[in-house]
Amino acid sequence: MKYIDEFRDGELALGIAAAIAAEADPRRSYNLMEFCGGHTHAISRYGVTDLLPPAVRMIHGPGCPVCVLPIGRIDLAIRLALDQGVIVASYGDCLRVPASDNLSLLKAKARGGDVRMVYSPADALKIAAANPEREVVFLAIGFETTTPPTALVIKEAARAEVTNFSVLCNHVLTPAAITNILESPEVRRLGTLPLDGFIGPAHVSTVIGSRPYEFFAEEYAKPVVIAGFEPLDVMQAILMLVRQINDGRAEVENEFTRAVTRDGNLKAQALVSDVFELRRSFEWRGLGMVPYSALRIREAYGAFDAERRFRLETRSVADNKACECGAILRGVKHPRDCKVFGTVCTPESPIGSCMVSSEGACAAYYSYGRFREIPIVAGAPA
Amino acid sequence: MSGVRAGYVRPLDIRHGRVDLSHGAGGRAMAQLVEQLFAAAFANEWLAQRNDQALLPRPEGRIVMSTDCHVVSPLFFPGGDIGCLSVHGTINDVAMSGAQPLWLAAGFILEEGFPLADLQRIVDSMARAARDAGVPIVTGDTKVVEKGKGDGVFITTTGVGVVPAGVAISGDRARPGDRIVLSGTIGDHGMAVMSERESLAFGTDLVSDTAPLHGLVAAMVEAVPGLRALRDPTRGGLATTLNEIASQSAVGMTIDEAAVPVERQVEAACEFLGLDPLYVANEGKLVAIVPAADADRLLEVMRAHPLGRRAALIGEVTEDAHHFVQMRTRFGGKRIVDWLAGDQLPRIC
Repeated sequence: MKYIDEFRDGELALGIAAAIAAEADPRRSYNLMEFCGGHTHAISRYGVTDLLPPAVRMIHGPGCPVCVLPIGRIDLAIRLALDQGVIVASYGDCLRVPASDNLSLLKAKARGGDVRMVYSPADALKIAAANPEREVVFLAIGFETTTPPTALVIKEAARAEVTNFSVLCNHVLTPAAITNILESPEVRRLGTLPLDGFIGPAHVSTVIGSRPYEFFAEEYAKPVVIAGFEPLDVMQAILMLVRQINDGRAEVENEFTRAVTRDGNLKAQALVSDVFELRRSFEWRGLGMVPYSALRIREAYGAFDAERRFRLETRSVADNKACECGAILRGVKHPRDCKVFGTVCTPESPIGSCMVSSEGACAAYYSYGRFREIPIVAGAPA
Repeated sequence: MSGVRAGYVRPLDIRHGRVDLSHGAGGRAMAQLVEQLFAAAFANEWLAQRNDQALLPRPEGRIVMSTDCHVVSPLFFPGGDIGCLSVHGTINDVAMSGAQPLWLAAGFILEEGFPLADLQRIVDSMARAARDAGVPIVTGDTKVVEKGKGDGVFITTTGVGVVPAGVAISGDRARPGDRIVLSGTIGDHGMAVMSERESLAFGTDLVSDTAPLHGLVAAMVEAVPGLRALRDPTRGGLATTLNEIASQSAVGMTIDEAAVPVERQVEAACEFLGLDPLYVANEGKLVAIVPAADADRLLEVMRAHPLGRRAALIGEVTEDAHHFVQMRTRFGGKRIVDWLAGDQLPRIC
């Protein structure tokens, strides 16, 4: 397929792999975090790590929209569906995330809640139009990539004076999460999480541009290479990071020039700032409360804010004790370090959020890569 | 003088009529629906017996039986509909034992309010599919549920067939060293259906691959009686089918991504939605596990059949205590091809 095959070419991959192997110094290690779940998915799906020398170590970051959504927020949506008869619409992945009381939105649906899977927020608005007598809430999640479509649908609802539609906003911000990781004790003080560089987000960067990462490169002296989601993009970005590290440089480089500019998509940014404002603080699964890391709906569009409309209060709910999603999301632990990985926690019945989405580190590792070192429990599914 | 005509029932208004609860109540309305719609379309000597059961001659050989429920949405999709799908699905399940399918039974659950015109279309499509396949629908049943308690129409079909002597095809017979053969492109059915879903509708000229595979199977069995396993990769796609066989036979498998045929439109649609064609449903494809020595002969026979023209050798059976299905990616790496967890869902980011 045009514009796809070119970026999955095995021959080219071998060429880049040879360059990485030649240039990576075997006496040191290159600890690279791919922030995005999209990269985690590509690395696992195409077997990218098979092409890397042992000195290069990939660490999965927290950039999986479903994974970082805290239990308390899903609980809100579940309660709306079960107790208030609200139609709750959200993206497919979101419906399977485990929440309190052994529920998920999918399980709430089985208990009679009206939960609908949609492919875009516009579909949620259509549901509202088709059910004028019902309240419809769109559970909005995601990083900067999915925020503009949510903004657009809120503006459309305002324009059309829709009275039965609102959004439970959980949109979060990438730069805040990267700062949080770089400021974490594991990185700063304990040094248990060596981080030598970042593969920067692909789709997120098409919206926010490469400029926001310049701060990390300067302030924390960490190189960042923005890369597309295709496997050759990832390989090329790894090569660029190895070169920066070898040269002692810490710059923002852009491998994904076919889609990302320094300033990003200004129209989308204007749309987002028209509808949303910063939250002072927001809870992330794994990272805890992160200041100025999320968005909420501005007063002017308050009629479409489910939190205001239904006077919702978020309760913070602790993760399952055995679950290591928190540490995995911070890059401190690997899925194989988790006791419940592949035993109690599998994609069929996930305990933690990282096992839910195909972009989650645990799900990607379980589905694509566990043959490498995990002895699997015999007779799993028959 | 009375104008009453003995035994007269006004014909069903197929064009404008709808299913109502009386069509399932066991009275005259139901008898009329059965006669005018089902019996007329499926017409064969067994249905003509007009009994609650079909009285069948005893077939020679070992008998196989299979049943399949069909709940597809939308009911009509490019390349087919729930009617022909319900015939092909069960014929294929029977045929995957190497059997020759002989008879089908069909059960219908209709939702009150369902247009009779649509029902006629579906029943005609079933009748055509059964006739073309040479497998008659010999008995059936109809129930009507209240509006809101069904999704238009659900169809269950059951099939009976006989396995030729000397054929022993089973999912537990794959052995390390065997070859894995696929009869054609994957993902066509699932993507054709998805392209018609209300919330997703995208323009494409993709059509479902729904087809009865017993003819192809007969040719394969005749050429290579030592076939080990056959399975049609329907729900869950090729990946799930391979995992089923690997787990049943307690072996591993390795396939080559580059060897698996995928139509360009399917690849593009999957790419766009973030889906993996390995997990997308097929309704006219099969996977065969065959001893290495017979692989070339099998491929030759398959490619000579219209439903196997794009048959391909996609991998081999390996020894693996974990029963993993692995894939050499086109990119040069290796990865697991796992069981599908839940439904395949489009990615968010």
